[in-house]
Amino acid sequence: MADRHLEPDSPELRARWGSFAFNAAWDTKAKAAIARYPAGRQRSAVMALLDYAQRQVGEETQTQGWLPIPVMEYVAKYLDMPIIRVVEVASFYTMYNLVPVGRFHVQVCGTTPCMLRGSDDIMAACKARGMHKGHTTDDGMWTLTEVECMGNCASAPMVQINDDNFEDLTADRLNTVLDALAKGESPKAGTQEPGRHTVEPLGGPTTLTAMVSANHDYRKEW
Amino acid sequence: MPKVTVDGIELEVPQGATVLQACELAGKEIPRFCYHERLSIAGNCRMCLVEVAPGPPKPQASCALPAAEGQVIKTDSPMVKRAREGVMEFLLINHPLDCPICDQGGECDLQDQSVAYGRGSSRFHEHKRAVTEKYMGPLIKTTMTRCIQCTRCVRFSEEIAGVDEIGALYRGENMQITTYLEKAATHELSANVIDLCPVGALTSGPYAFEARPWELKKTLSIDVSDALGSNVRLDSRGREVLRILPRVNDDVNEEWLSDKGRYQVDGLMKRRLDRPYVRRDGKLVPASWDEAFAAVASVNPGKSVAVIAGDLVDCETMFAAKALAGALGSSLLEGRQTGLSYDCSNLAAVNFNSGLAGIEDADALLIVGSHVRWEAPVLNPRLRKAAMRGAKVYVVGPHWDATYPVTNLGNDLAVLGKLPKDADEVFKSAQRPALIIGGAGLGKGALDACLALAEKYKLVRATDSGAWNGFNALHMAASRMGGLMLGYAQTGGIADLVAAKPKLVLSLGADEVDYTKFAGSTVVYIGHHGDKGAHAADVVLPGAAFTEKPGTYVNTEGRVQLADKAVFAPGDAREDWTVLRALADAMGVSVGFDSFDELRAAMAKAVPALGREGLADYGALPKGKAGASGVIDAYPIKDFYLTNPIARASETMQRCSAELLHGESFAEAAE
Repeated sequence: MADRHLEPDSPELRARWGSFAFNAAWDTKAKAAIARYPAGRQRSAVMALLDYAQRQVGEETQTQGWLPIPVMEYVAKYLDMPIIRVVEVASFYTMYNLVPVGRFHVQVCGTTPCMLRGSDDIMAACKARGMHKGHTTDDGMWTLTEVECMGNCASAPMVQINDDNFEDLTADRLNTVLDALAKGESPKAGTQEPGRHTVEPLGGPTTLTAMVSANHDYRKEW
Repeated sequence: MPKVTVDGIELEVPQGATVLQACELAGKEIPRFCYHERLSIAGNCRMCLVEVAPGPPKPQASCALPAAEGQVIKTDSPMVKRAREGVMEFLLINHPLDCPICDQGGECDLQDQSVAYGRGSSRFHEHKRAVTEKYMGPLIKTTMTRCIQCTRCVRFSEEIAGVDEIGALYRGENMQITTYLEKAATHELSANVIDLCPVGALTSGPYAFEARPWELKKTLSIDVSDALGSNVRLDSRGREVLRILPRVNDDVNEEWLSDKGRYQVDGLMKRRLDRPYVRRDGKLVPASWDEAFAAVASVNPGKSVAVIAGDLVDCETMFAAKALAGALGSSLLEGRQTGLSYDCSNLAAVNFNSGLAGIEDADALLIVGSHVRWEAPVLNPRLRKAAMRGAKVYVVGPHWDATYPVTNLGNDLAVLGKLPKDADEVFKSAQRPALIIGGAGLGKGALDACLALAEKYKLVRATDSGAWNGFNALHMAASRMGGLMLGYAQTGGIADLVAAKPKLVLSLGADEVDYTKFAGSTVVYIGHHGDKGAHAADVVLPGAAFTEKPGTYVNTEGRVQLADKAVFAPGDAREDWTVLRALADAMGVSVGFDSFDELRAAMAKAVPALGREGLADYGALPKGKAGASGVIDAYPIKDFYLTNPIARASETMQRCSAELLHGESFAEAAE
């Protein structure tokens, strides 16, 4: 996070993004987001609109998307609010990318539970594939970021790639996922542990065991 | 009215007061950084922690906690002491220890409060955060590493100035205060964030590394850059005024000051007239005082004398000149240099009757020909306050960015005869309707029509909360109201002076006059800057600038205020009244005063209102005459930063004008 900065304003940036506008699909969604708030409070929709803008940029660039300065200015104009207030929001939340990212934005969780469960191996596996923290690979496929807790501690370690979480990773499992993504496939999101459904305890439930097959009234046993 | 107990003192506090305000009412000092009386409450510095019962058993941020019935507040308990020490320790974690090279040193809230409430030593051994330099324009010097993120500057520009240009980017430890894309702050009150900044993050650019606060002599004075009479403090060292800071006066300028009032100060050391000059063979050549007086006396004008007062002069100077002209037998006095000729027979019609503070209460406002942001920058936040409270604002004249919602009624003054239907209804139903006529409106002769409007919509009325007079004239010259009170107004304006073809024209620092019309006259310029007036003069008598003489000024609401003398005028220059007094001797007449006190006494006798500080009473509004015609195609001020000779001589103002108004870019010098 410490590396976050705005992509500098340049004539090239203006030339590429100066004419940005929502396409019909995102425009509909943007209007719907604004309609959620009372009239005159349209700026409440800034977070949704920044997200839509980032996604449209992603579609146009075949990446996860990011927010060039002219795009933020477009959002500010769209919502009739001062541009500095838009930039404040965009720079606060790390889900908004302020600089270009690759096709897949690999966000490796490095917080304590993931670290204890082997996030260092995950990070090493990413680096072995040529990724560097905070950088995009030369082929434009991968951007690697280390992030703080994503709330998947029960299935640590995990990475978030674009909109999906991949959990219960080992270096091998991560490589499988990344290979699949590289081939253009859509690997199964969520836990990568064979036999595990979501974040239920490994090796079967340890509490409420009587409830596994049928409903059971525990109240008499208290 | 909740009753609270602060450190054992029981007191009643106003409804809606915060715990911090309650503590202050009890006479307790509460340290704070982010809290500011005139800004919204942010509650992010945590320095104002106190212990409050009933409540959670932990310190509470008093600035954001409403005082409630029966609260027991402790500001001196061990818990509060430890809490303050802790907060201070955190604030200092990332604050550099560069006080010796910081311009805020000596007047720094963080410095003072860490001495008063800090631990005394640091336990932090890690690296401090550093923040890249930000650019905020020619006036504000930034050292953002020192920033403690109180967000006062952000709130000021959003709430008071109404220009959202400063923001806090990123988050947590990486939070940075900046303008969008590091563009210069461009509004007329931008430098007030320097006063608001509790640390040395935002300091004064032009004043950088000039002096320490304890070296400076502080003199109370009045700003002359516009007609508001903002209360200022002149900080001087030796013979130089180094900076001008606003003083708190809730009736006039609250605690703000326009950038021009603050930063034209360096113009006081440039292009000064420090010796008399006499025109010989078409060229001004240096002369002694005796030669200069002899040159004036040799004109031998008899009664054929006219006096033109400039925009910056004080009442004493104008009175002295009036006395001199009177002794010579003339009453040709005029102060409206650019040819305005509105009727001044009743000064209530050209006064800001609602008062600068009173205008905040207006609920309908019509601005006729006034670019308020440039003509009276400190007034605009008050109009903004009124607008934010729901007042409808209408503007007649070319568009300017008001920072609050306005409805433009076009440039044609004919609209004053019959306001559009919705405006008409708003004014009919308003409780406190108000009208402001500015320079362009007065110049196009809209005064009568505005007075008619005042009558039509009952701008003068009794309301539940007292008498209301919503008829306001907004002047632009510090000397205007004083001049009008002293009779510096001819029926036809300056054209009357031209028509009289005076042999001798006394110009009291009048630099905006078209002197080609006085081609046959001998022009004697008594002023302080080698500006347009001195160029056109036949004799130049060096006078004192507003910092170099005591004086009385009357602002646009008729408030008589006194200014003190901070420094001596440079070289042979003298206080203006002494020049006029000596001139009287040279011309062989008596003006009836030999000292400044006698002059003041004579002035107070002639115009009693000038002898009393405070609002002058001009009586009731005259009746107007409906119907105005003409189109306001421009406002009188073409360049906000260069409106008077001091500002024009100021390098800072020249740079502001070039950079902020004319878009020149000044690359930062590489260091």
